[in-house]
Amino acid sequence: MRDIRLLDAPFFPGALIGPFSNANPGLGGVCTFVGEVRSDTGVEALELSHYAPLTLPGMHQLADAAFERFTLMGLLMVHRVGMMRPGEPIVCVSAAALHRRDALGAVDFCMDHLKSAAWFWKREKRADGWHWIEPRAQDHEDLARWQG
Amino acid sequence: MATVVLLGKLADLGGAPALTVPLPLAAGLDWAGLKAALPAMLAEAIEDPRVRVAVNGALVPNKHKLQAGAGDEIALLPPVSGG
Repeated sequence: MRDIRLLDAPFFPGALIGPFSNANPGLGGVCTFVGEVRSDTGVEALELSHYAPLTLPGMHQLADAAFERFTLMGLLMVHRVGMMRPGEPIVCVSAAALHRRDALGAVDFCMDHLKSAAWFWKREKRADGWHWIEPRAQDHEDLARWQG
Repeated sequence: MATVVLLGKLADLGGAPALTVPLPLAAGLDWAGLKAALPAMLAEAIEDPRVRVAVNGALVPNKHKLQAGAGDEIALLPPVSGG
């Protein structure tokens, strides 16, 4: 079961995870990661923009790569765009597999690529205005683990 | 004319999320022509090797060999950040 979505309105990860598990009968393990807007001091809002011709197709390519690399029964990948407030979910990735390593690995793999190798642009609003956010060195190191 | 879509901080430098570039009839637009048609700070910023270019939704392998024509949509894509 494969469910890849780009959403422009708030969503409730809990409402997605149950049906996703149920759609993969016989699974041995399901791993879910939910990313939320951190309540960093001074951050009033976060905005994610995307480029429609590339962003969702790129998420499908990432899902293809995850299915190729891991033995999966199902993959759920949901990413927000638009304006978000601290505490709101940005991303939800859930993987179902017969064995835990595939589920755990696939979620880790997808998240590392969504952070710094998917077609999103993130900026945050502070008291002095908007600031564009670029991936941290750690994000690039995380991504490099899957290459080569 | 061609449409130039600006993503991320490039939209700030361009002053808008999209710009139109007038094109003489039957003439194509190359990298130098595109840069000449953009505000100076934006033209400078897109030389960053991390800035990628797509034409009509397809990534261009080498932006310096860009070839676009009338009606094309050129997207200028700075470093990404998601999740």
